[in-house]
Amino acid sequence: MNLARNTIVVVLLALLGMAFYTLFAGYVPDESLNISALYYAENTAAETGAQNVVAAIIVTYRGLDTLGEVTVLFLTAAIVGLVLAESRAPKKAAGHGILPPGELLTTGARLLVPMILLFGAYVFINGHLTPGGGFQGGAILASGAILMLLADPGKRFSHGLISRIESISGLAYVVIGVIGAIWAGGFLDNAILPLGTFGSLASAGAIPLIYALIGLKVGAEFSSMLQSFEETEDAA
Amino acid sequence: MNMLLIPMALVLAVAMIGSAALALFTSTRITAVLASGLVSLFASVLFLLLAAPDVAMTEAAIGSGLTTFLFVFVLSRIRRESDQ
Repeated sequence: MNLARNTIVVVLLALLGMAFYTLFAGYVPDESLNISALYYAENTAAETGAQNVVAAIIVTYRGLDTLGEVTVLFLTAAIVGLVLAESRAPKKAAGHGILPPGELLTTGARLLVPMILLFGAYVFINGHLTPGGGFQGGAILASGAILMLLADPGKRFSHGLISRIESISGLAYVVIGVIGAIWAGGFLDNAILPLGTFGSLASAGAIPLIYALIGLKVGAEFSSMLQSFEETEDAA
Repeated sequence: MNMLLIPMALVLAVAMIGSAALALFTSTRITAVLASGLVSLFASVLFLLLAAPDVAMTEAAIGSGLTTFLFVFVLSRIRRESDQ
């Protein structure tokens, strides 16, 4: 029985390896960019004013897909909150005592958390200039938040504040999209604000604004999910 | 550039496979969690080498940062509950 199972595993792995090997052996680097990549490479700077082409594609050309991604994350956070709200511990009892964080973690967190939060904000505000953007910045914000929770398990952020940040930034994101449809070329068009000087912080129209909103929303969603995990009652 | 790129990518690939094997075969849970975080960290450096800094940042922040944190978090919960 055991031998048969191991044989099946080995055969499956060999098949997977063969599939990857055929992909690898048949790989020929492209001689030139394909049509859509060529379009993005040639026209992004003129059309959107963004220095980071990836950001322009994510926020403007494929803005609707990004809205969908943000919605998926929102639904995940909402469902996690809904499921875990059943077993939320009473205010004082949550996370107390048994596994104290230790001096090193507490002191390190006190030094690092402000820097991590600042870096997250830097990443999403500069999303249109340098690699990074709303999702990355939001994840960095949330890792700052979870470091705070690890260092002080009894700590609470205000759920009301987090959900307010999340709803306001989500709503503002959709409103900016609709304004783009009315005043500019289409839903989520970034040309509702002046494109500005290429490469400066206040450039690329609405992209920095949208990325800041996405960053706040993603950060708030991840933080609220992690906090829900922390707040659940120990199974007795 | 290319002369340096290929050995570095090979080293990173071997390191990824090594830390994945460590995560599978180690006996302590915390080592397994850290080793699987290490796989993501090497993967993000590999993405950086392949000129995809945006993907590298996502991988570093979510794959090796948040996921590892989450596992550590849950592990400490499990330990706390089994102590009771």
